[in-house]
Amino acid sequence: MQKKMMYSFPDDVLEHVFSFIQSDKDRNAVSAVCKLWYEIERWCRRKVFIGNCYAVSPRVVIKRFPEVRSIELKGKPHFADFNLVPDGWGGYVLPWIVEMAGAYPCLEEIRLKRMVVTDESLELIAKSFKNFKVLVLFSCEGFSTDGLAAIAAGCKNLRELDLRESEVDDLSGHWLTHFPETCTSLVSLNISCLGSDEVSFSALERLVGRCPNLKSLRLNRAVTLDKIANILRRAPQLVDFGTGNYASELPPDVLLNLAGAFSSCKELKSLSGFWDVVPAYLPALYSVCSRLTSLNLSYATIQNPEIIKLVSRCPSLQRLLVLDYIEDSGLEALASSCKDLQELRVFPSDPFGGEPHVSLTEQGLVTVSLGCPKLQSILYFCHRMTNAALVTIAQSCPNLTRFRLCIIEPKTADYLTLEPLDVGFGAIVEHCKDLRRLSLSGLLTDRVFEYIGTYAKKLEMLSVAFAGDSDLGLHHVLFGCESLRKLEIRDCPFGDKALLANAAKLETMRSLWMSSCTVSFGACKLLGQKMPRLNVEVIDETEPPDSRPESCPVEKFYIYRSVSGPRFDKPPFVWTMDEEGKIMH
Amino acid sequence: MEGRVAYENDLNLKATELRLGLPGTHEEQQAVSSRVGNNKRPNDESDDQNETAPPPKAQIVGWPPIRSYRKNNYQPKKTESDGGGIYIKLSMDGAPYLRKIDLKVYSGYPELLKAVENMFKFNIGEYSEREGYKGSDYAPTYEDKDGDWMLVGDVPWGMFITSCKRLRIMKGSEARGLGCGV
Repeated sequence: MQKKMMYSFPDDVLEHVFSFIQSDKDRNAVSAVCKLWYEIERWCRRKVFIGNCYAVSPRVVIKRFPEVRSIELKGKPHFADFNLVPDGWGGYVLPWIVEMAGAYPCLEEIRLKRMVVTDESLELIAKSFKNFKVLVLFSCEGFSTDGLAAIAAGCKNLRELDLRESEVDDLSGHWLTHFPETCTSLVSLNISCLGSDEVSFSALERLVGRCPNLKSLRLNRAVTLDKIANILRRAPQLVDFGTGNYASELPPDVLLNLAGAFSSCKELKSLSGFWDVVPAYLPALYSVCSRLTSLNLSYATIQNPEIIKLVSRCPSLQRLLVLDYIEDSGLEALASSCKDLQELRVFPSDPFGGEPHVSLTEQGLVTVSLGCPKLQSILYFCHRMTNAALVTIAQSCPNLTRFRLCIIEPKTADYLTLEPLDVGFGAIVEHCKDLRRLSLSGLLTDRVFEYIGTYAKKLEMLSVAFAGDSDLGLHHVLFGCESLRKLEIRDCPFGDKALLANAAKLETMRSLWMSSCTVSFGACKLLGQKMPRLNVEVIDETEPPDSRPESCPVEKFYIYRSVSGPRFDKPPFVWTMDEEGKIMH
Repeated sequence: MEGRVAYENDLNLKATELRLGLPGTHEEQQAVSSRVGNNKRPNDESDDQNETAPPPKAQIVGWPPIRSYRKNNYQPKKTESDGGGIYIKLSMDGAPYLRKIDLKVYSGYPELLKAVENMFKFNIGEYSEREGYKGSDYAPTYEDKDGDWMLVGDVPWGMFITSCKRLRIMKGSEARGLGCGV
């Protein structure tokens, strides 16, 4: 009786039900139920997320999902952030834009991460999508302010333009004047990455003034302190604000004016920017501190009395990014003032200095973990660590989902016991059962990987450097981490054995990056041969890998699953191992 | 007196050696490499080599893992067209010779003062607007454009580097006089 009822729903009822299902995972599950559901679902999917732009071709995506309004694409491997991926590797968005220009005239949103975006791509976007609303370029490169001018001029209903952390060829600040006077739709504008010393400030002021829904505005370093008060007064509805330069030699009444401007922003919850901070101007922020949930001081070279003064006034703080000038004492103040803290990132002020110049140690992190039990996400750069500290952190913060520790000197042992930090990280994975992301550092043996393989069942991304003793380490991870999607490894003594023994695992993951390890060219060839659904790409900038014996280790390789076969836009230093054991180029 | 102290361990010829390079760094130009050979133990601070400054580490590509835009942001506008540094003389009461430093290399007072502390191996003490530098016998001072001796730290950094003509680390009663509510 019940079976009959299910099949008698008309298609549009099913479609209506599906419209409540937003998450990709659920949508994928829905589409796997039966052919009918697959068909209905694919016609009504509006949002597509593609974690690796080479995992599938644009045509295949368009064929399956003909009515997409929003797309998110990621390009280069994560280690590209640290200059490990040579220039020209790939991640070009233009082929996608070209295909979508024809197939998705109603496309509204494009979000890209680590991709190469040219002015031509931007111009094509501006021309092709009449209802375009959202452009987010996260850590992208390859475009200039000319491309931005095209977007400003062409997208009549633009709501979001977010260039966070991208590298833009900054030819002139005049692109801002290309926003027509009729543009009033902006909700979010992030130009913090722009370097140009001349920003068309009057155009910016007018733009801000005529967009009543502007909630998020992040300025770049070129905007000086004296201009901020004017901007804030035109946008008192702002929720998220990034200052430009925070230094000035101006008279004291600027401080009063600034303080007044900040206090008129009753909705302000998030602050960032603060380049070149002059401490004397920080009190201007005091009126908003009690409402702040997010504070990014990671560009602010202010020292301790000032940092503590600021942080102690922010009891609602959930997210703090800061330089190690905060020191252990500042972290203590943080732990006692900010009980709602969920995310902490501490960056090194002097990453290449060698000797620590600031008193930031493992103790600071321990203190925060004890005082802020809601912590979920930690990124911490420091010079020393102990197993005991890690155990305390693990036990105090069982809700951690992201834990990234960078002990600056590679292979640094527990400074008290001189032992490896295996036990400490073991405690992290054992106690933090929802851990999704982990970055290791310090002196580590194969044992830490045994712990990870045993306990880190929800781990999705693992970053490893200068760790382990043998293939057994890699084997533990590939064998034990059921949820693993992304694995990136550098400078570890991992070779062929573990990789080949766990080849099938690689098809369940998005990607594997290995560099400066001991995996041989022969093993890469074998993988390419045996696993047709994987793209095995060897990166060698000096010479073709087959000019050396097969037992020679490869410099770098990147393996990822793909339904669309090898890519065609490879640069000269990338070789694909194909099914016939040939290297394709 | 100071001379004898300096010669305690060895002739310390390095300190008086003429060479190019930023004060406080050592000469070896170490090659960029993507591998690190050392299994350096954490407490082994190579004190057996010298007391003046640690050798610059061999730069490992991509380590520590920090995005390049973050590295660039620590030195404000150093790469811009003005070129040329702001070189000023730095003296310390009781030291046998002066140093020359480039103020443009530092992004703010904390960096400058730490570098000066390292150069002459002493502690400067904690700065507060009201009381100057507490907790040490030394006070960092500078001669400004008008020829007046000022306490380092009172004015915004940008103003300081354009008006500073020379730096002097004062010691003893002279220093304490400057610190107290002047």
